[in-house]
Amino acid sequence: MFEFLISFIPRAVMQSIPLLYGSTGEILTEKSGNLNLGIPGIMYVGAISGVIGAFFYEQSAGGNLVPFFAITIPFLSSLLGSLLMGLLYCFLTVTLRANQNVTGLAMTTFGVGFGNFFGGSLIKLTGSEVPSIALSATSNFFRATLPFSENLGWFGQIFLSYGFLAYLAIIIALLTAFLLRKTRTGLHLRAVGESPATADAAGINVVRYKYLFTCLGSMIAGLGGLYYVMDYANGVWSNNAFGDRGWLAIALVIFTIWRPNVSVLASILFGGLYILYLYIPTGTQFAVKELYKMLPYVVTLFVLIIVSLRKKREDQPPASLGLHYFREER
Amino acid sequence: MEPVKNAVKMVGLTKHFGSVVANNAINLELHEGEILSLLGENGSGKTTLMNMLSGIYYPDAGQIYIHDKPVTIGSPKDAFANGIGMIHQHYKLVDVFTATENIILGLNEKGRLNLKEAGRKIKEISNKYGFEINPEQKVYDMSVSQKQTVEIIKVLYRGADILILDEPTAVLTPQETDKLFAVMRNMQKDGKSIIIITHKLHEVLEVSDRVAILRKGEYIGDVLTKDADQQSLTDMMVGRTVSLNINRPEPVDPKPRLEVKGLTVYDELGVKRLDDINFTAYSGEILGIAGIAGSGQRELLESISGLYPIAEGEIVYHNPKSEKDENLVGMDPMTITKAGISMAFVPEDRLGMGLVGSMGMTGNMMLRSWRNGKSFFVDKKAPEQLANEIWRDLEVVTPSTNFPVRRMSGGNVQKVLVGREIAQNPAVLMTAYAVRGLDINTSYTIYNLLTAEKMKGVAVIYVGEDLDVLLELCDRLVVLCGGKVSGVVDARTTNKRDVGVLMTRVGGNEHEK
Repeated sequence: MFEFLISFIPRAVMQSIPLLYGSTGEILTEKSGNLNLGIPGIMYVGAISGVIGAFFYEQSAGGNLVPFFAITIPFLSSLLGSLLMGLLYCFLTVTLRANQNVTGLAMTTFGVGFGNFFGGSLIKLTGSEVPSIALSATSNFFRATLPFSENLGWFGQIFLSYGFLAYLAIIIALLTAFLLRKTRTGLHLRAVGESPATADAAGINVVRYKYLFTCLGSMIAGLGGLYYVMDYANGVWSNNAFGDRGWLAIALVIFTIWRPNVSVLASILFGGLYILYLYIPTGTQFAVKELYKMLPYVVTLFVLIIVSLRKKREDQPPASLGLHYFREER
Repeated sequence: MEPVKNAVKMVGLTKHFGSVVANNAINLELHEGEILSLLGENGSGKTTLMNMLSGIYYPDAGQIYIHDKPVTIGSPKDAFANGIGMIHQHYKLVDVFTATENIILGLNEKGRLNLKEAGRKIKEISNKYGFEINPEQKVYDMSVSQKQTVEIIKVLYRGADILILDEPTAVLTPQETDKLFAVMRNMQKDGKSIIIITHKLHEVLEVSDRVAILRKGEYIGDVLTKDADQQSLTDMMVGRTVSLNINRPEPVDPKPRLEVKGLTVYDELGVKRLDDINFTAYSGEILGIAGIAGSGQRELLESISGLYPIAEGEIVYHNPKSEKDENLVGMDPMTITKAGISMAFVPEDRLGMGLVGSMGMTGNMMLRSWRNGKSFFVDKKAPEQLANEIWRDLEVVTPSTNFPVRRMSGGNVQKVLVGREIAQNPAVLMTAYAVRGLDINTSYTIYNLLTAEKMKGVAVIYVGEDLDVLLELCDRLVVLCGGKVSGVVDARTTNKRDVGVLMTRVGGNEHEK
């Protein structure tokens, strides 16, 4: 059993990190009153932007990668890609007051297409036989662990066997929780998401808050895509490999009732449920496997039912989530 | 006696909304440390004037002086900077926040967010003026009066010394009102200057030092409260009756059509909205419902049409077709409408209940007729024809019958709504604020339509806000005050002053001193 846990937990954690990035970003976005269903697309763009950055750096540097650049270039291009997506979303929904659901879904479709198009283009550029790009040199830097972690047995396996992006995800999630609960900025942000008219009357710049935190949320979510390619997938990009992790991240937001600190553990639970089907005895029917894959969503449904039954006001989504705000509207 | 200092002085303040003059060259003074009542009918421009002081509107002309210094107030922030705080009728609070969080929202005090320290300051303010508040309580757990307390403390926390309260007592019970007045006197003792807007004359006499009166956007004058009584204030408020010359034929063969007996209803918070209402509407007459906004007009109409839960009482309908008496209590709106009771209800938002903004006239006609006929498909011809009739007969200005009604002007929307209800050939036609926001010509079109219905033998119930119109259009008036009938009068023989007194006096003589 112990053996099983030692091999299972690290794999669950590695599954959980993209979800954690995605849900932290989405929580920050939703707290500003924007329901960004474009998160799956934004994570996709975050991933492909990182891949593009890493690809061109690897090409130009030949075999001699400088560790600092090998990390910062993909990192920054990933942030830039998802920032642009966040800005586009804000421009459409906040400035032009387009419907948030439609905009978000369109951006997901767009983001996935964008990723596959440039992914395909890069694959053509390399002229490789297989439909994927391998950036293993860059990936090695992203996956670097502390040198002594392998000597620490199970402790090292469970706690120290991940690349730096995994720890960053947890730090960002905890910082976001602190921001929301303990700071003036967090108070103002929550007011914007709950009742923009009240926030406006209190002298808070509603548009600025919405833009700032939706873009910040997008950038955080985009890092989830970067982690997936560079760390989890060992630097191998192939089209559509990212799968439905973006939607799972949005489900996680509801599951944790808009709490990034809860998300740290909940994402590991989701990650575990996501890969549980790999651990069922071989020879089980294929259909049963598919049932296992449903588990994270089933759990989310249960949480929704329980939360709705309890009717606690703090557990509800931000009151103006999905609505646009215009001061002179009556 | 030392000379009075002015906390606020307004000189020649003017504000237009389109072609309507909401405030015309108003000169108003608020002395330091006094409570001033601002009195006036609905639409006399009180709230507009106060909104200019609190930075919501910007005046078209005129100058405001605060403590004798000329100031420009362009936003609520400017108002705060000048120590002006307004408590609006509709509270602006975040439900899931605590009192403290709401109070400090938007403030950029130095240092880290410290809710405990803020809570301590709130307690200090509460003790000073006699508020009862728990800083940790969530707003969704609060009663209306507690929410109001939060709003007032919010203003005091920001250091305001000039407070404006817009109809603060409209939502309070008498006990809560007494508490509020005690707090106001404490604030006055502390040197704060207060303006209170209210319709209730007995409250004006109870709490204020001086009364300023507005009528139809004009400043009428001021009077010291100790020199005033209800009668003199009413006279100043309503002024002389203006003759409008609405054609009003005598009712033909009036028979009881709708009898309301002992009607009592409660809203979702358990507050009594209608209290033992009794009246009879006759066929062939227009029965006016007068009263200050929010006295129970909406609840009354909705109760009759089956949209509001009725706690006690009976609504008896003498059906002219079957000559039978029917009790409408407990019937669903569809049955009531079929029996011949029609409602053209227009609340604050123009489109109101009954029209779908994005549909054209034809589509809106279908809202009433979609059940007609047996075919699987809805009949589009009849509503199309009706829409065309209304378009032609009522001179609705619209490019086509499929043009979304949302984009028509208010008067045309109203014509569509009233036209459709009349086309149902109702036995009872109820309208609420049918001429709100309409120009004078369109208003007359509506008056004539209603009079024509009356002559056809329909019992028309007309809820209105302009007393002059009520007195000229209706045959009889039911006056509501605080959910009670304070009088039923003959509109031909009564005058504006008497109705004005009834409107502000709960249950007749209760507050006479």
